[in-house]
Amino acid sequence: MNWEGVWILAEQRGGRVQRISHELLTRGRELADKRGGKLTALLLGRAVEQADLDELIARGADRVLLVEDEALENFRPEPYMQVCRRMIEKYRPEIIIAGATSLGRTLMPFLAVQVNAGLTADCTILDIEPETGNLLQTRPAIGGNILATIKTPEARPQMATVRPQSTRPAAKQAGRRGEIVRETAAGVDLSSGVALVRFVGNEDAVNISDARKVVAGGHGFRTSEKFRMVYELAELMQAAVGGSRDAVDRAWITYPHQVGLSGKTVTPGLYIAIGISGAIQHLAGMQTAETIVAINNDPEAMIFNVADFGIVGDLNEIVPRLIARLKERRKAAR
Amino acid sequence: MKIIVPIKQVPETAAVKMDEKTGTMVREGVEAIINPLDLYGLELAIELREKFGGEVTALSMGPPKAETALREAMAMGCDRGVLLSDKAFAGADTWATSYTLATAIGKLGEFDLIICGERATDGDTGQVGPAIASFLGLPVATYISKFEERREGAVRVHRLVEDGYEVLDVRLPCVLTVVKEVSNPRLPTLGGKIKARQSEIPVWTAASIGADPEKLGLKGSPTRVVKIHKPKVSRQCTKMAASDEASADKAVEALVEFLDKRDLI
Repeated sequence: MNWEGVWILAEQRGGRVQRISHELLTRGRELADKRGGKLTALLLGRAVEQADLDELIARGADRVLLVEDEALENFRPEPYMQVCRRMIEKYRPEIIIAGATSLGRTLMPFLAVQVNAGLTADCTILDIEPETGNLLQTRPAIGGNILATIKTPEARPQMATVRPQSTRPAAKQAGRRGEIVRETAAGVDLSSGVALVRFVGNEDAVNISDARKVVAGGHGFRTSEKFRMVYELAELMQAAVGGSRDAVDRAWITYPHQVGLSGKTVTPGLYIAIGISGAIQHLAGMQTAETIVAINNDPEAMIFNVADFGIVGDLNEIVPRLIARLKERRKAAR
Repeated sequence: MKIIVPIKQVPETAAVKMDEKTGTMVREGVEAIINPLDLYGLELAIELREKFGGEVTALSMGPPKAETALREAMAMGCDRGVLLSDKAFAGADTWATSYTLATAIGKLGEFDLIICGERATDGDTGQVGPAIASFLGLPVATYISKFEERREGAVRVHRLVEDGYEVLDVRLPCVLTVVKEVSNPRLPTLGGKIKARQSEIPVWTAASIGADPEKLGLKGSPTRVVKIHKPKVSRQCTKMAASDEASADKAVEALVEFLDKRDLI
């Protein structure tokens, strides 16, 4: 039996399908059409909403492979790996893509070893090589200084992760047809050495890796009080708040918000960097954003090299004006 | 506790320069350092040894000069270093790298914990930690931001995820990959440096770890890099100066217009 078809690894939390799944459908649909095959969404969970399953089809899946079990409610590496392995051995997909999320970046390498697959992390471009039908996986490396195109000439499946927010979610199409196949986990070892004791949610609901917009502040703010402006601006822009390493080291913001080499890598639609000079370590975490705006008083700051729009000046003059301007707009819109 | 910390020697990212013509990295004259994210793992391992006793082994796969990274790890406080160096290891992707490290770990004897940095700053994949666990058939917990306590046959840790953190009990032995928040790496002490300089660092080869040659290096790697290129700098920065009130107003207005046009507000 040949290896064929494109799979995306959909994600759910609490029985609800996550946005990353819809972004993966955009990528997967493109690849399946180019390669001429079926697009399957593989989903592991427990008591997943029927409407969410239908939505996966409406957004481009030809088939949803659903495996439900109590043991699959929350992600744990071993049972998730075992179930995925069973599905791969049964259906033999040619390509599997997952989100570069805390789940995807843990499960995919754990799984790739077991199925002897090639795996490429954090791809920004996925394509099919016309002559061979191989998956071409392009990813930034060395802090975004180079792009490497990687392929897996022989091993199957070809596996890759892509960053959240690096593509738009696939649009819903009314009347689109597909099948939902319920598979059983019976006979699969679902035991795990990892037990969830409890979950502690962030105080602020928005997290930077999943955000469409990020407003980030750095050294230029000088004090934690002034740094509050970043929060105010982010709220007005409906953006998540990010910080440079410096801002985190000064405790103006907590570590989960840190963008850069020793923090998170984000690929939002909009990244606004204020008072951030743009050290290479910071650029590594944000230069793949679609649109970048920089506000800095140093005209030579590196951040302007990666920006689409820049304002050179004192942030204490610029940010309050921007906040006031956005408030005006908000009022006018009401 | 017996702890193994796989580390990688990487070029110092801040010093990396790109050859404008070829789009490749200029490695000459760039200092080689311990992957900065591995330092958090080394520090946690040393702290756990100080608390519970035991020993910390740093393990690295790389060219002969990667020995300096192991000496630095020993200067920080690791008890021993082992270098995996062999021409047969060259060109390994994350699959073959993990296989090699896992096979070597199998030769190190009993252990409780393997602690890895979340990813290396050059390859930037974050795949080797979970893949080592997979080869060894061990539980893995990634993005660990806090080590809470040692429990009966397990460790309680905090795992940083998108919308908060998970408190997990992970059965020993296991693999943890850690993020910056987990520790504050110490600087090497003078005594540590002297000890590190005097220590033997054994060099293990493919033959000495009994690895399957088919699974090593480029030959054992499912993936191939087919092209390296420089990202196209397509960004045309519209730069506005805001030196006084009038120009600040103008710049902010232009920014709002810019964002509006791109449907970003």
